[in-house]
Amino acid sequence: MENLRTLIVDDSSVMRKIVERCLRQAGLSLAEVLEASNGAEALAVVQNKKLDLILCDINMPVMDGLEFVKQLSGLENAKNVPVVMITTEGSEAHVVQAISAGAKGYLRKPFTADQVKEHVLPALTAK
Amino acid sequence: MPTLQLAAQEVFELMLASPLTVPVQPPAEESLDITSMVGLAGELCGVMSVRCSTRAAARMASQMLGTDPAAAGAEMWDALGEICNMIAGNFKNKITGLGDGCVLSVPTVITGADYNLHSLVNEEIRIVLLFQDDPVVILLEVHN
Repeated sequence: MENLRTLIVDDSSVMRKIVERCLRQAGLSLAEVLEASNGAEALAVVQNKKLDLILCDINMPVMDGLEFVKQLSGLENAKNVPVVMITTEGSEAHVVQAISAGAKGYLRKPFTADQVKEHVLPALTAK
Repeated sequence: MPTLQLAAQEVFELMLASPLTVPVQPPAEESLDITSMVGLAGELCGVMSVRCSTRAAARMASQMLGTDPAAAGAEMWDALGEICNMIAGNFKNKITGLGDGCVLSVPTVITGADYNLHSLVNEEIRIVLLFQDDPVVILLEVHN
């Protein structure tokens, strides 16, 4: 889990910065942190970069996080990249949809740095 | 503690490491010039809003990002939008059965205090709390 190339997908730049800070507080070694503000932007990043971890919101304009995860599973170079959803949508239906689409973790906002660690580390080991 | 207040308290404690407190006396609300709004649709239809002063919003962004409040700039709008979004999400997740049947919009932020909002309000829950001595008005308007 060294030198992770990470993509953070959220329409809020404040939230992207908070998630990055939590990852660093969790002790993860981040070689590169890329950002996208919706699923469509994230797909464009994924097609051009080799990644180790993706953290993704659900409610975003243009393309939401669930659609992004579904499309990601169809990309040969990215289908094994672990995705952890970080979202205000806490319903059982959303969790089931996200996990069925291929997400390896699901964390509800608001969250602590410890909770980010608790959800990200198992996702990375399950890779 | 009312569910809306609990939802808001948790967001401020977890994401800003700064609690909201209950005012001893109703605070003045004249300088509340930033409003963030999130729509709810489905089994619960309505609008959640969070209103505060520019100074309070800058401090909120500062607390969230660990930066100087004077440097908050446009990030204070983003921060307040996310705070409203998280309060709305946390609130609906605390109501049994509502999580699956209610979806949230992305947040909208209005700057300026001189506006009126007109909607088909059936019921409202309004709470006023203090963030570092500045009032924060949290309002859930439930539509028909």
